[in-house]
Amino acid sequence: MALKGNLRDFSTTQLLNLINLARKTGTLTIQHSGESAHMSFREGKLIYAYMGDNDNNHLAIILQHSGKLSAEQAQIIQAHAEGKSDKQLGHLLITAGRVTQNDIIQSVRQNVLDIVYRLFTWVEGIFRFEANKLPSPGHITIPIDLESVIMEGSRRLKEWEVLQEELPDLDVSLQFTDRPDARLRNINLTVEEWRVVSFVNPRNTIRQIAKANNLSEFEIRRIVYGMLQAGLVEFVDRPKPAPVAEAADQGRRPKRQAVEQPPDVKRSVVERLIDRIKSI
Amino acid sequence: MQAVKMVITGPFSAGKTEFIGAVSEIDVVSTERKISSAAEQIKETTTVAMDFGRITVGDDLVLYLFGTPGQRRFDFMWDILSQGMLGFVVMVDSTKPETFREAKRILETFESYASTPYVVAANKQDMEDAWEPEDLRIILRLRQEVKILPCVATDKESVKNVLLELLYSILEQLDQNSQ
Repeated sequence: MALKGNLRDFSTTQLLNLINLARKTGTLTIQHSGESAHMSFREGKLIYAYMGDNDNNHLAIILQHSGKLSAEQAQIIQAHAEGKSDKQLGHLLITAGRVTQNDIIQSVRQNVLDIVYRLFTWVEGIFRFEANKLPSPGHITIPIDLESVIMEGSRRLKEWEVLQEELPDLDVSLQFTDRPDARLRNINLTVEEWRVVSFVNPRNTIRQIAKANNLSEFEIRRIVYGMLQAGLVEFVDRPKPAPVAEAADQGRRPKRQAVEQPPDVKRSVVERLIDRIKSI
Repeated sequence: MQAVKMVITGPFSAGKTEFIGAVSEIDVVSTERKISSAAEQIKETTTVAMDFGRITVGDDLVLYLFGTPGQRRFDFMWDILSQGMLGFVVMVDSTKPETFREAKRILETFESYASTPYVVAANKQDMEDAWEPEDLRIILRLRQEVKILPCVATDKESVKNVLLELLYSILEQLDQNSQ
């Protein structure tokens, strides 16, 4: 049977919780704003994830992102990896002494987690779980307990909510505050933050900066929020305050003050009802 | 004449009217009206006050089945309909995950009305897109002791099974209360 729906109705947390509790095996695909994410599970454990439509030859890129390979090394290896699975490539890299087995395990694990944590910020998207569909044997799979993933994802979700509240509109531009150079000299910025800095310009919206740097909404919000807090940048146009959410109507329904006791019905009456319904 | 009643509740378009119609010995007294809201125009008519079905057990005993209106603006009727109920069935359209949250809210509201037993009917299990009952249990956060039953509201045997399971739960509660 199908397990499909929209993240509007079920959060990523709920879906992962369902997969964990029901110890499901299969692949969950989520499509959101032109992006697609795929996560595979075996008996309720997360074992693999990738973004996009092509899940082949990811290892070199993953190792580059984790700093185990330089961009140049990754490019050369990628060019020679044609037709090889990630497992075969990993074996070759270990044999050649480029990386250790632990490097590969940790990098792949972190890559899977980064993908899944990113999904916690998706509030809309079509999802579909295909039971018993698993990655082909050539892929490197690492079992990860979902409990800790759900906990960490929920924590990040809270952070996401705060960031969204502080920075609701990504279609605004940034500019440096007065004398940012002096401040920039005294602050340590990550590579991503420097990239964002290089795009700060009243002509670029935050969304455009994110796109140019291939950053998710969560990542760009976190970076920009940090810069705003540090006083490095300011809005060209102040973003409009987030619309106040309409009060939930959960309290609208009338509730009695006390829970009513069941009607006083004899056992024989219920037994007669059972016999009658059986005879229908 | 003793009359006992059960309430069939659930979100809009969950299949409550069909459920009652499958076992009622009278044509369901249904107060359906043309749907005015564009958002709810999945079907042509909907229950605006209540459905009413009857199963006569004998000269001295009758079972009434009341279906609650599915649309939110009639939820003031729920309180009235739930008074004195023997138990209730929460119908869920297993093919419409967008209604599960509403089903959970309805379930919690009826739970707060009375401490009567209830079961959850995972309706439309004959459809390809239906979620499995045990997946619904997790999503609806049902306790293990709450029965969630596969159901096809247009199939009499399936509806009978749901009602019987509810009655077995009622018997169990009677036994526990008498101990």
